[in-house]
Amino acid sequence: MVEKFDAIVIGAGPSGNAAAYTLAKQGLSVLQLERGEYPGAKNVQGGIMYAAELEKIIPDFRDDCPTERHIIEQRIWLLGDDNYIGTNYRSDAFNTETPNRYTIIRANIDKWFSEKIREAGGLQICETTVTELIHDAAGKVIGVRTDREGGEIHADVVIMADGVNALLAKRSGYQKELAPENVALAVKEILFIDPELIQQRFGLKGDEGVVIEIMGKVTKGMVGTAFLYTNKESLTIGIGCLISDFKQGSVPPYKMLEDLKNHPVIKPLIEGAEMKEYAAHMIPEGGYKAVPQLFGDGWMVVGDAAHFNNAAHREGSNLAMASGRMAAETVAELKKAGKPFSAANLAAYKARLDDSFVMKDLKKYLNLPGIMHENKQFFGAYPDTLTAAAHNWFTVDSVDKRTKEKEIMKSFVKKRSVLGLVGDAIKLVRAVR
Amino acid sequence: MSIVVKIEEKLYQNRYIVDESRPHIRIRSEAECKTCTSQACTVCCPAACYSKNEAGTVTLVTDGCLECGTCRVICQDKENIQWDYPRGGYGISYKFG
Repeated sequence: MVEKFDAIVIGAGPSGNAAAYTLAKQGLSVLQLERGEYPGAKNVQGGIMYAAELEKIIPDFRDDCPTERHIIEQRIWLLGDDNYIGTNYRSDAFNTETPNRYTIIRANIDKWFSEKIREAGGLQICETTVTELIHDAAGKVIGVRTDREGGEIHADVVIMADGVNALLAKRSGYQKELAPENVALAVKEILFIDPELIQQRFGLKGDEGVVIEIMGKVTKGMVGTAFLYTNKESLTIGIGCLISDFKQGSVPPYKMLEDLKNHPVIKPLIEGAEMKEYAAHMIPEGGYKAVPQLFGDGWMVVGDAAHFNNAAHREGSNLAMASGRMAAETVAELKKAGKPFSAANLAAYKARLDDSFVMKDLKKYLNLPGIMHENKQFFGAYPDTLTAAAHNWFTVDSVDKRTKEKEIMKSFVKKRSVLGLVGDAIKLVRAVR
Repeated sequence: MSIVVKIEEKLYQNRYIVDESRPHIRIRSEAECKTCTSQACTVCCPAACYSKNEAGTVTLVTDGCLECGTCRVICQDKENIQWDYPRGGYGISYKFG
C-alpha cells in the first residue's frame, strides 16, 4: 500500500524547513524529502540571515542556533581597478541581546533547523530525489514519485521547496525555463583564518561581524555584485552576475572570483586564509514580474522555486522562510476547517503573500531588474568615473579646487553626456522609489 | 598581470559522492554543438565541466558538477542539454554551503 501524509515538503532549505516545521507544530503529518546526503548538502548561501522571519517561526532560536557573527557594520563599496569608494555604517547599538542580522554557515543552520523539525514530529528522509509529481485524472497533485524503489508517496498537498531550478514545477508545466536575464550565477569560497586576524583586520571584538557588499569593476561591466562576509573563524567571499551577461562574455565565473580575491583592496583582508570549499548556485533575480503561478490543485511553491528574492536588498532566505511559513499556515487552516486543498482554497496562500513584505517589496522594485539589465553603465562607466573623481579630489597638488570641480564634472559629462546623466538619475529614482 | 586560475584546485577542496558511470547531465546531440557559434557552456560553467574539443564539439565531464543549472539555462534555445539532479545522496555534498 502507498503511504500517505497530510503534506509532503520537497527540499530542506529555508523555505522547506519553515513549511515542514510549521506543519509539524500544528499537528499535521508531514514528510520532508531531501536529495542531499544530509540537510544542507545541496544548499548555498552568502550568507546573511535576518532574524525577524526565523523568530516568527522559532521565537527562542537564539538559544541554540549556530549563527556566526552578529553584524554591527555594513559597508557598501564601489571598486575601481585599484581603489574603492564606499560608505560604511557601524553602530554599537547593533550589540543587543537580540541582534537583527547574523552571518551564517548555511549547512550548520540547515542541520539545526532539521533537528527542530524532527523534535516537532516531522518525518525527514534524505538521499531521496523526487523525480515527478503524481497527478490524478482531474490533474490534482496527489503525491510524488522518488528515485527510491517503490518510491511513490501520497499526500493531500505537496509543497515544492526544491530551489531555484524548480525542476518539478517545470516538468508539470507550472513554470517555464528561467530566462537568462532573470537569473544570476554566483560563485563563492569559504576561507578559514585565525579569528584574531578577523578581529584585527575588521576592528571587531567577540562575535561582532562586518559585511561588505561590493559593486564595480570586479564584475567587468556585467550586471552583478560581490561580497565579503566575516564568520567566526572564516571569511566568505563571492561574486555573481546575470547569466545573460556571462553568456555573452568570455570570463569564466571562477576567474572573476580569483580576480576579486587578488584586487589590491580585497587581498590584504583575506591574506593567509585557507580555502576549504568552492560553491556555485543560481539566484533568482527577475523580481516581481518573474514570479510564477504559486499554487494549484494540491500544490504550492515556496522560496527560490517561487522566485522569491529581493535582489535590490540582497534578501532571499527571509522571503523563503516567510513564504514557507505562510504556505504551511494556509494548509493548517484548511485542514482544521475540513476543506479540500483545491486551487480555489489554496489561493489564500497568495493572499497572505500579497499582504506581506514578500510581495510588497518585490512589487516596489518591479522595474529594477529590467533597468539594470538594459543600462550597463551602472556597472562599467560609473565605477570608473566615480573612483577617478575621488582620486582627483583627494590628491592635494597645486591645482585649485574650482578647477578640480570642473575637471570632475567634465569627466562625468564625457562618459555619459549631460542628458545621459539626467536620464540615469531619473531611471534610478523610478526603479527604487 | 593576468592571474591563472586552476579550477581543479578549487574543486579538489569539495566533497563529491560520485555515481560511477551514471552522469546526470548529457549533451543530446554533438552535431548541434558544432552549429553553436558561442559554445558558451565552456565559459559559463563554474566547474569547467564543458570543454571545446578538436572535433569542434563539446566534451562534458560531470564529475565536478556543482548542480547549479547554468548550462541548462544558457542552452535552452537549442535544448541540447538534458539536465537532471543526481540520484538521491550522490553528487556535490557541501560541508559549509
